[in-house]
Amino acid sequence: MQILLTGLLLGGTYTLIALGLTLQYGVARIMNLANGETLVAACFVTFWLYTGLGINPLLGLLVIGPGAFVVNWLIYAWLMQPLVKRAKNRGMLEVDSILATFGLLFLFQGLMLLVFGGDYFNYEFLAQPFTIMGNSFGLNRVVAFVAAAVIAVALYVFLYRTDRGTAVRAVAVDPRAARLVAIDVRKTAAFAFALGGAITACAGTLLSTFYTFNTSMGVVFTMKALIIVIMGGVGDIRGAVLAALVLGMTETAVASLLDPGLTLAANYALFILVLLFRPQGIFGKRPA
Amino acid sequence: MNIPRNEILALGAGLAGAAVLALLPLVTEGFWLSIGVNIMLYAVMCTAWALFSGPTHLVSLASAAFFGVGTYAVAIFIDVLPFPVLILIAIAAGTVLALLVGLATLRLSGVYFVIFTLGLAELIGQIVTWVQTNFGGAIGLYVFTDFTETHLYWMLLALTVVVFITGWLVNRSRLGLALRIIGNDEAVARHVGVNTARARIILFAISGSFIAVAGAIMAPRYSYITPDAAFNPMTSFMVVIMPMLGGTRRLWGPLVGVVPFTLIMDFISSNFPNQTAVIVGIAFLAIVYVLPDGVTGWLETMFHRRRSTENGPLAKTAEEVK
Amino acid sequence: MSVPLLSIERARKTFGGLVAVNDVSFEVGQGELLGLIGPNGSGKTTMLNLISGALSPTSGSIRLSGQPIGGLPVHKIARIGVARTFQLVRVLPSMSAVENVVAGAVFGRNRLWGSEARSLAYELLERVGLKGREEQPVTAMTYIDQKRIELARALAGNPHVLLLDEWLAGLNPSELRIGIDLIREISTQGRTIIMVEHVMDAIRSLCGRCVVMSSGVKIADGPSADVLADPEVVRAYLGDDDA
Repeated sequence: MQILLTGLLLGGTYTLIALGLTLQYGVARIMNLANGETLVAACFVTFWLYTGLGINPLLGLLVIGPGAFVVNWLIYAWLMQPLVKRAKNRGMLEVDSILATFGLLFLFQGLMLLVFGGDYFNYEFLAQPFTIMGNSFGLNRVVAFVAAAVIAVALYVFLYRTDRGTAVRAVAVDPRAARLVAIDVRKTAAFAFALGGAITACAGTLLSTFYTFNTSMGVVFTMKALIIVIMGGVGDIRGAVLAALVLGMTETAVASLLDPGLTLAANYALFILVLLFRPQGIFGKRPA
Repeated sequence: MNIPRNEILALGAGLAGAAVLALLPLVTEGFWLSIGVNIMLYAVMCTAWALFSGPTHLVSLASAAFFGVGTYAVAIFIDVLPFPVLILIAIAAGTVLALLVGLATLRLSGVYFVIFTLGLAELIGQIVTWVQTNFGGAIGLYVFTDFTETHLYWMLLALTVVVFITGWLVNRSRLGLALRIIGNDEAVARHVGVNTARARIILFAISGSFIAVAGAIMAPRYSYITPDAAFNPMTSFMVVIMPMLGGTRRLWGPLVGVVPFTLIMDFISSNFPNQTAVIVGIAFLAIVYVLPDGVTGWLETMFHRRRSTENGPLAKTAEEVK
Repeated sequence: MSVPLLSIERARKTFGGLVAVNDVSFEVGQGELLGLIGPNGSGKTTMLNLISGALSPTSGSIRLSGQPIGGLPVHKIARIGVARTFQLVRVLPSMSAVENVVAGAVFGRNRLWGSEARSLAYELLERVGLKGREEQPVTAMTYIDQKRIELARALAGNPHVLLLDEWLAGLNPSELRIGIDLIREISTQGRTIIMVEHVMDAIRSLCGRCVVMSSGVKIADGPSADVLADPEVVRAYLGDDDA
């Protein structure tokens, strides 16, 4: 029970990371391998805001979310747009964007290494016990889960209840058809990419309240996000939520029952199972 | 078998070049020899990488994993088995790893493959660490041999020659043709009867086992082997960036990127050790945006353009359609 | 009665709730030239994809000379002897004309290699009317020439059954006549052909027999002249009001 709930709480943050990536890949068609670096950068900025300026991480979200939105918008406009224009087909854009974001990954990681070094960081925030159903958890984990749930619900409402959100979903389904109904595909793609980055950054802020982080962990989180997205089915929000919770619980179970050093192995085991048995995602239909 | 004349010439020139390069340790030792080892190491890995990733357009980020597996094959058995046998073990280990990755991902869309290889080195590194801490007692393993830099250089040079010959043979085979068709249009490939998944997996295994052998040969240089060093993600990065600089359309394309990049990297890592990742990241982006087909691809395009203007307007329109 | 070359029995393909091919059965004899027609969205191309293996049937069976092929991987079906052309022409852009055709010869039913594959490719290029242009890059060729390449590539595998998916679409009237003659020639040499087509003149002049599909169901099967005069077929094409 303890494991299930801890996994569930962790899964809340994973959901956000995966939602960020699925917006970028599903809508803007950019497989962003530097996604994890956005997350790590948010961890460090939160750390700096909290320990340096005494700003509460939850308030920090209000700075970091919009900040990441702007930075990701610029990345899309300056770096990804030329690739989109150059690409003759979707496969070419995929290869180009993988290579470009792979370069970005090393650039960002290198920059953070210069500023913060390779050490592990953490800070104390709401580090008091909180009891749910007879088990005690760190209050910071519970707060992070609630905040993640609020952001995820807000995103859902935005995507399914507003015109702008509908436009985003339309581009995800078919960019060409979306253009026919007067949706500005280029702007919507940029918007989705930026929004995805912002959500990933929020996940980073929340993660940093209870997780020990360092500059080189970005790749592992990109992996986790990708596994969740694939497990849930690209562009499928329900699937992503469920997959994130499954991943969080599996990880927690492996870490507490076997060895914490095997969490990545647990991720891969899940990934392989998904690839072998349901490559179209949990709720996905078999591809035609 | 009839071999085109220009290919025989290229083969001869290549072998002669290799013979000349083999003399390097007789002329110099120390710094330039160790640079020579690095260049040969990347020549093997990058050419092997491009053998797979060039025609299939699937970016493999698994090089560090193959390299580490080869290194560990030597590290584990060095005290009980002779070195040539260890090379065979490295080949087997590389092949098995490639088959596992390939069977899980290469039947599906290419993105899955890239994602899977992205964290592969990290995964194997973690497992090795876990096994060693729980069952082995220490994190690292010692490799003591009598090999000098000269021996490593010659072995890697020989391996480079083998990679090139293998690449040339593959290009002339059914497998090579199958991969060219897949690179053009995968649906057509399947409809003319190409088993696309099998072709890719075979080539991935060939490419991966070469990189594993390179790792095996390099093991004596480290003498103390840890998962962090053997499965360093930077290896995968270097093995992608160098062939991209050189170009992957030709067998010798990656080599054009390897030589200057190894020299520059040596300069950067000795003068700006802390900024290495940043500088390399920028270099990588520059290549993706400015030289998408690499130096050789760029030269070819320029050459074609010049030739087509000489041939008059008709030839030029043909080029533009392309 | 002898075993038909290709027999399709209650083939069904559903996408979610949509039934694209609804329990369709028909047979094709050795050497026959069958027209598969129907209005847009009637499931013709899906049917073709089931035969070539691009899609696997939800249920039902497809047999080639008695051997079940439904649901096999595309490349296996291609090797057993089914070749096709694509609705939107698909050539291999970085390869020359002859290399495109060699691709079909090398991996097709006869698995030729080297000079054998090359000389067959030259022969087929001549047959489709591209003699002397063997070494040209295909990207420099016109639409009909690319279609010729595709046809030669499909023939290079020496298939038991050739599937033509709107091979005649998009050709101008003079090209159309050349195209029709070419298909007739291939057919008279004994090749079994199934053609999905919208050009009714071509169907009338080429196909002895037609299968008509509408909304995923087979609504007619018989001699072309009879089938095209069938009121139900006319209704399927023109809508209820005009019937």
